[in-house]
Amino acid sequence: MKIAEAPVDNAPALPRVRFRDARIEMSHGAGGKASRRLIEGLIAPLLGGPLLAPLADAAFLEVDGARLALTADSFVVRPLRFPGGSIGELAVNGTVNDLAVSAAQPLALLLTFVIEEGIATETLEAELRAIAEAARRAGVEIVGGDTKVVEHGKADGLYVTTAGLGRADLRARLSPRSVRPGDQVLLSGPIGDHGITILLARGEIDLEADLRSDTRSVYPFVEAILGVAASGLRWMRDPTRGGVATALNELARDSGLGIVLHEEEIPVREAVRGACELLGLDPLHIANEGQFLAVVAPELAEAALAAVRAVPGGGEAVIIGEVREQPARTVLAAASYGGTRVVDMLVGDPLPRIC
Amino acid sequence: MCLAIPGKVIDFVAETPQLAVVEVSGVKRQVNVDLLRDEPLGPGDWVLIHVGFAMSRISAAAAEEQMRMLSMMGEDLQAMEEIEGYQFGQDPS
Amino acid sequence: MKYVDEFRDPRLIRQAADEVRRLARPDRHYRIMEVCGGHTHAIYRFGLEGLLPGNVELIHGPGCPVCVLPMGRTDDGLALAELPGVVFTAFGDVMRVPGTKGSPLEHKARGAEIRMVYSPLDALKLAQGHPGKHVVFFAIGFETTAPSTALTLLKARQLGLGNFSVFCNHVTIIPAIRAILDSPDMRLDAFVGPGHVSTVIGCRPYEFIAQDYGKPIVVSGFEPLDVLQSLVMILRQLADGRSEVENQYARVVPWEGNLPALRALEEVFELRPYFEWRGLGFISQSALKLRDEFAEWDSERRFDVPGIRVTDPKAAQCGEVLKGVLKPPQCKLFGTECTPERPVGALMVSSEGACAAYYHYVHRMAAAGSLEG
Repeated sequence: MKIAEAPVDNAPALPRVRFRDARIEMSHGAGGKASRRLIEGLIAPLLGGPLLAPLADAAFLEVDGARLALTADSFVVRPLRFPGGSIGELAVNGTVNDLAVSAAQPLALLLTFVIEEGIATETLEAELRAIAEAARRAGVEIVGGDTKVVEHGKADGLYVTTAGLGRADLRARLSPRSVRPGDQVLLSGPIGDHGITILLARGEIDLEADLRSDTRSVYPFVEAILGVAASGLRWMRDPTRGGVATALNELARDSGLGIVLHEEEIPVREAVRGACELLGLDPLHIANEGQFLAVVAPELAEAALAAVRAVPGGGEAVIIGEVREQPARTVLAAASYGGTRVVDMLVGDPLPRIC
Repeated sequence: MCLAIPGKVIDFVAETPQLAVVEVSGVKRQVNVDLLRDEPLGPGDWVLIHVGFAMSRISAAAAEEQMRMLSMMGEDLQAMEEIEGYQFGQDPS
Repeated sequence: MKYVDEFRDPRLIRQAADEVRRLARPDRHYRIMEVCGGHTHAIYRFGLEGLLPGNVELIHGPGCPVCVLPMGRTDDGLALAELPGVVFTAFGDVMRVPGTKGSPLEHKARGAEIRMVYSPLDALKLAQGHPGKHVVFFAIGFETTAPSTALTLLKARQLGLGNFSVFCNHVTIIPAIRAILDSPDMRLDAFVGPGHVSTVIGCRPYEFIAQDYGKPIVVSGFEPLDVLQSLVMILRQLADGRSEVENQYARVVPWEGNLPALRALEEVFELRPYFEWRGLGFISQSALKLRDEFAEWDSERRFDVPGIRVTDPKAAQCGEVLKGVLKPPQCKLFGTECTPERPVGALMVSSEGACAAYYHYVHRMAAAGSLEG
């Protein structure tokens, strides 16, 4: 096996260990600033090799002339089942989506189950069926994995970790560094459905709404964009934990450019908006599991948008903003009446406010 | 300092009349309406919700009056601009 | 959303902003304090400052309950959280507030049983569901939130619930406004009054501001049009040389307030002789404690609360910022030693603290360069 040179953009000089937090807290896993501190300050410095791209969704390897994308993910969710999905579907779709937004066609998955002693076989079986169905829909093969059982009280029922293999689409070269002022930001559909569904499904705040997780493979949409706008496709990301705000802040930081969002254009379902207004949350910080963001050159943006909209489930896709020179490394939301605000990365988990 | 949001009373919880089901943009929650006990409250009424309590009744009449004032602000401005226009001897059309 | 979207109408917002610009005399500088952190939040969330002329300056006031809470009180509450068998409950806002040994979230990471609740009634429910545990509710907030704690305590008494208590940090807004008005370096021209507090206390308690101090105050809602309309009303008062209490938020705020809420407050709470406010120091009769009849549900009387006092570093100039003497970035620690992720002073603690709001929405923009792109 021959390992190709890593893409230049993904191999920064390795930083020193500079993680100063005394303990790992929930916020270090919430996808926001604390997560970034942990990865960049501790994990990357200690594990980094020339191929490590800690903040990209997938790594690329060249094997006998074929360019392959490799990704790993892990899934921890409470409750295991929720309206619109379950941990099994999340595991498949989440892994597939990491490959898809790296412009790779998902091919195969490995799945590892960490099962808590005492979980009902029925529960596990339901997850396996959900996984098989999600894999069928996403067009990926489950080619292996591992199973471990841990003591009661140690694994919240079930954890799933995955590895995914995909074939890189050679028509696209994605990198934050290729993003240019004037590029358009495309969003595939309404935001916040997954995060708010989970928040409600936990039952801790006693809210009821007719909402479902948006978990799905986004590869069909990516494939559609690649078909018409591959040469103008600069960057993609699935805005999971930390939401659209965090994904775009990472882009702003990594590209050194500014992103201006047209706030009124961003699709948010009524119930998601209602829950966010009630709990003092920003929909831009809420997790999604079936949406993606794409930055496309201005001359190809309309074609990319039309292609996504033509795919079933893509009808609500919209251009939500554009890349600008200034304000550098910042995401702004602009309202049509002239007000602007800075959209920051999420600090820790989104917490409901009363003030 | 206090996040509060308008919601519409949909229903009351059986046997606990101080609990109402209130809807905010497609999201429902049980809300304690004990602080509004001085005047009768019914389905369709709008209330302001804070930490699971209805704090006040929303007055549709006052909201309309406010919207009227806000719209007038624009008319005043327009009128003012027109007057200024005349002063400068320009055609107001 | 009814009663929300109308008040975010872009055309009317532009009109109202035009009216503010028209009313603000170019030869004058206006310093207007929005008392309530909710207004601070709205002003930044909707980018309202950018719509105002440069000589209309908004000063962000003391109405952010987690900002003005002394760190010692957080430490006291967290000392309770560490007692065996105690479940510590608090609003989401409190979960990231730093104590000397870390925030409630950090204590949770170390194993303390800490739960976020949306309502004090949720904490009560938790106590009912866990008879073997003692549930402490860490109560914060102004008069808007205090009645909900009062009703919860009345219910606890009615149920005879023995495993529930409240660590009370409720404060009252009027003494804080008076403290600011009495400060010798006070330079404010008018106030945007706290709309949601006023649903409870009504508009009458503000009369001294207009009558004794000659400052206009307009009780205001929280949508962009509410805030702009309030500024218009304030500027009209100043132009006419009037100082009155006006109610912009009449759709929600009755002039007399909420009588059942006031009665519940009276039944459950009494004023503390004095209470410490971060940034403002000790203010007499500015906070609530449980009456003797509710001693059984008072965490401070049921448990041995250490009574910790932590003073803020001298270099933190929260008080000056609160009074409008300094703007947040003029504080020596702003943005360097004191940031939202590692707050030193009170106003950086919550996203609606003046400094945190300024940091999130303005400082980063300034650091990033100009707005025009």
